[in-house]
Amino acid sequence: MNGQKDTYILGMETSCDETAAAIVKNGREIVSNVVASQIDSHKRFGGVVPEIASRHHVKQMTAVLEETFEQADMDLEDVDAVAVTEGPGLVGALLVGVNAAKGLAFAKQKPLVGVHHIAGHIYANRFQSEFEFPLLALIVSGGHTELVLMHEHGEYELIGETRDDAAGEAYDKVARVLELPYPGGPQIDRLAGEGEESIAFPRAWLEEDSYDFSFSGLKSSVINTIHNASQRGESFSKEDIAASFQASVVDVLTAKTWKAAKAYQARQVIVAGGVAANGGLRRALTAKFEGSGIPLLIPPLKLCTDNAAMIAAAGFVYYEQGKRSGWDLNANPSLSLK
Amino acid sequence: MNILAMDTSNQAMGVAVLKDGQPLGELSTNIKKNHSVRLMPAIDHLMREVNMTPTDLDKIVAAKGPGSYTGVRIGLMTAKSMAWSLGIPVTGVSSLEVLAWQGRFYDSYICPFFDARRGLVYTGLYRWKHGKLEAAAAERNIMMDDWLHELAATYQQVLFLGPDIQLHQERIRQRMGSKAFIPEVGTSHLANPVHLALAGQEKPADDTHALAPNYLRLAEAEAKWLQKQKDDTEND
Ligand SMILES: [Zn+2]
Repeated sequence: MNGQKDTYILGMETSCDETAAAIVKNGREIVSNVVASQIDSHKRFGGVVPEIASRHHVKQMTAVLEETFEQADMDLEDVDAVAVTEGPGLVGALLVGVNAAKGLAFAKQKPLVGVHHIAGHIYANRFQSEFEFPLLALIVSGGHTELVLMHEHGEYELIGETRDDAAGEAYDKVARVLELPYPGGPQIDRLAGEGEESIAFPRAWLEEDSYDFSFSGLKSSVINTIHNASQRGESFSKEDIAASFQASVVDVLTAKTWKAAKAYQARQVIVAGGVAANGGLRRALTAKFEGSGIPLLIPPLKLCTDNAAMIAAAGFVYYEQGKRSGWDLNANPSLSLK
Repeated sequence: MNILAMDTSNQAMGVAVLKDGQPLGELSTNIKKNHSVRLMPAIDHLMREVNMTPTDLDKIVAAKGPGSYTGVRIGLMTAKSMAWSLGIPVTGVSSLEVLAWQGRFYDSYICPFFDARRGLVYTGLYRWKHGKLEAAAAERNIMMDDWLHELAATYQQVLFLGPDIQLHQERIRQRMGSKAFIPEVGTSHLANPVHLALAGQEKPADDTHALAPNYLRLAEAEAKWLQKQKDDTEND
């Protein structure tokens, strides 16, 4: 950016249960990044309750914004544009962020840019390393399991997605049956490290040429195994079940990502989304791509989970491309990635 | 003193601009359409019409419910965010109170209400005294039957105002007889954004961060959870 003015984007994200805001410089440098988690409020319900998440966002948003500007030691005048998650996600939760962003952008007469949540997850990696195209991204979270191919900035091609449950969703459901505390994903990851892969759970490969995923069969198989054992009064090892379940998920994710990376001659592979924090998945992918000549990027843990820095980073690209949202920007819970 | 007021708490959407207590403009619709899509364009349009920019504003006022959970959040979040961004005060006004302004020339009790489904209403009781609106009973989420029973036993003259008046007027007349006064269906039953601005003008500012919806009802999951805690303690 020689001789050019720096560009600062304010990002806002409320698609699920994190109220987040961040300021990012030139799409690649985090100036400040604030995330107010609601995990404690949802713990007692065993999962995110959409209405309660929305109520929390309304209470937290302006305070989160204030802290974001304080940490950055910046003024609202200093940002060039406001980027906000417009979807996908929980509609009521998204609406809070979208309307807060519109209020701020209108008040300060700043450009407004709507961002796809998954584009944000992908761009979380740009804080580590510049993108090389074609780029393959595996997005795994409570709501998503997708393989996305990118030939250039801001352009996305969906090449595979889950046909039923997202990987993170399967984790949550299995964790619930194993009576593990919420959120269950990290618990299973921990138990898996202590157990043996002693049960052969199914792996859904689907059609030969498909990059799609399916985890509902695996989930049912795990749940049946647990139920049958308890009905027969047999004891079972939670650690072994966790290890076997996780092995099945990780096998499929790793194999399909590898196959797609080869087929599309990816010059970079990115892993994004909350499940990218999973130790088992990180190890398996790292081992698979090691020495392959294809660099594998996994963001640091705190950028894997939902945050607004990633929304600002993705929004920066749209902003540079001249894309703008109108004052009629709405939340779109089933927004597709284009 | 320039005030921008917004109400998306129920089906009617309203935006108004007030200058030194004088309404400069208002925009109201009463249609089933998405407030999230239409609120900011409405604000933008009205502010242009009255030749104002956001930096001209001195205060933001928003209807804080009761009403649609999502609708309330859209208006309140927009208001909070604008006020915080501009560094100006924000005031939340009860949506029932705004509706009670339609009865400002009525010399007795005023009962504004919004239908809350399954026989329930969000309601309260107000009275104008020396040009000021006073609450005569706390706002509540109650079965309309129980509420009418209470009103009939206690009050002689009550004005009923509500966008859902047609759903309830037969029952009101049955229960209250001549004690009930119901204006003809029309704008009297809809909250007016200029009234919201006027009501907010008189009130002190809220804490911008803390300003929260006036739902009068817990989220369903929370209510169930609290009930379960109560049951568990009683069964111990
Ligand atoms: Zn996410």
